[in-house]
Amino acid sequence: MREPAWTLSDVNFRHPRGQADAVSQVSAALGDAGLTAIVGPNGAGKSTLAHLLAGLLTPTRGTIMLHGRNVSAWPRVEMARTVGFVAQGEDGVFPVTARQLVAMGRMPYLGPWRRAERVDDERVMQALADVGATQFAERQMHTLSGGERQRVRVARALAQDAALLLLDEPTASLDVRYEVELFHLLRTLADAGVRVVVITHNLSLAAHLADRVLLMARGAALALGSPADVLTSAALSDAYAWPVEVVSFRTPQHGVVPLVIPRVPVRA
Amino acid sequence: MKVVWRLTLLVGLLLIAVLTGIRVGAVGLTASDIIGAFTGHASDASQAIVLGLRAPRVALAALCGATLALSGGTCQALLRNPLADPYILGISSGAAVGAVGAVVLGHDNLPVWVLPVAAFAGSLAALALVLRVATITGEALDSRILILAGVVVAAFGNAIVLLFLTFADAESFRSAMFWMMGSLAGATWPRVATLGLPLVASSVVLFAYARSLDALAIGDTTAAALGVPVERTKRICFILASLLAAVSVSVSGVVGFVGLVTPHAVRLLWGSDHRFLLPAAALLGASFLVFADLGARSLARGTELPLGVVTAIVGVPFFVMLLRRRDA
Repeated sequence: MREPAWTLSDVNFRHPRGQADAVSQVSAALGDAGLTAIVGPNGAGKSTLAHLLAGLLTPTRGTIMLHGRNVSAWPRVEMARTVGFVAQGEDGVFPVTARQLVAMGRMPYLGPWRRAERVDDERVMQALADVGATQFAERQMHTLSGGERQRVRVARALAQDAALLLLDEPTASLDVRYEVELFHLLRTLADAGVRVVVITHNLSLAAHLADRVLLMARGAALALGSPADVLTSAALSDAYAWPVEVVSFRTPQHGVVPLVIPRVPVRA
Repeated sequence: MKVVWRLTLLVGLLLIAVLTGIRVGAVGLTASDIIGAFTGHASDASQAIVLGLRAPRVALAALCGATLALSGGTCQALLRNPLADPYILGISSGAAVGAVGAVVLGHDNLPVWVLPVAAFAGSLAALALVLRVATITGEALDSRILILAGVVVAAFGNAIVLLFLTFADAESFRSAMFWMMGSLAGATWPRVATLGLPLVASSVVLFAYARSLDALAIGDTTAAALGVPVERTKRICFILASLLAAVSVSVSGVVGFVGLVTPHAVRLLWGSDHRFLLPAAALLGASFLVFADLGARSLARGTELPLGVVTAIVGVPFFVMLLRRRDA
């Protein structure tokens, strides 16, 4: 475990004209491990928290320190060189190729006037290679599969040369193969030294691959710690207000794998 | 094709358009007449035709086309909407209220500057109203709400224009309709300057925002995460694009289609990198409007066609062809 990147103290956020706090009284240290998963039911405040961490929203109360400096005091460009953010449901309307999209990751280094130089192009190609997207670099984004598109977006964040990576439900609407591939990619990046924070609804994958898990519900941080400590039947059943079982499953390749299973009502 | 070659091609096209535009007309001119007129070695008649009539008109057409294309390309990226055009924020209907109001309420001997000034004032009022309506619901500029606000303000403006026209006599009605369909018949050098100076100034600023527009076309959150100050950038670019449209409307009336379709033509041919798209669309829009205006003043003998009619009639088949080519 390293020094945490983010330190949150008593962070609250309420959307303008919101009825209740989307994030309430969260105090935590995040980004101290390779791969951190944020889990919790819909409306738990996970996405809002990610936006707060990236400085895209400002807390209504409390402070978030990133590398010892208040997030709201970071200049936008400097933040873009430090934190890569893959938003949920990103969808452009005009044709761009995968390489062009990844090249946007160099924006924080180029400003309005500088032309992209060789180092920038090389960084873009490297990022594409890191996510295994070299072979479709010149294809239009809208011709790629959902999983390929998400990998390209991760590559864009990598091209930002950010040491911290935030992803807001990157595997939403992906099938099992693409979901596992993307998590495997995040695990590989984490092992290579990038600190990854990912919001996900796949509790089993979080339990299997994450180093740390933050469980949220109703805007609050219920628990933060190792998957085994946080993802328990009791904690999850409370968070989701639904009975959830956590079982260990033995596989030939991976040894013991945790499986999170919600109770399915039996038909009478 | 390399960027330099593409731009050279577009500049070449514009040169051809400009020369053709000056040469062709009721009085035929030769190339030497044109060169002579600019160097002072031509007859008084051809000098008057070239410098007094055709050159300012062609220049105004080119600037107008460039302005609308630049403005349209910017609006499409900012609103993430392929249907956006320079008039989407109510500019044209505001201008129409001003101009038609001046024509209908004014006397027959209106000074020539009144109409452009009234149109400009009207479009500024519409822009202010749209921005006000769009920010009532929240402090941030939301694309969907901006479009809705634009539509609502445009509907309001159109109603007022129709109200004016109800009380108009036949002559005012005709000139109001003609103005609303766009015309470069009143081109003068002062008007060229009126449009040219703001165009040059805003081109520089918009070009500086080209990378930010790339990111904003993907999404506001993504742009912010890439270091773009989203709110400020959107506000500046919207206001600039709308002011450009307002100045252009005030000198030439509402010329449709150029601002909507030229940026798409560039996108279909060469992609949507705004550092290339903005200058390329401006060049293409300039050439297109010079040719369209040439058609407007020479296709029908003895009368001038409304410019907006020609841009649509010539432009639609061309655009459909581009779409087909892309599908193939």
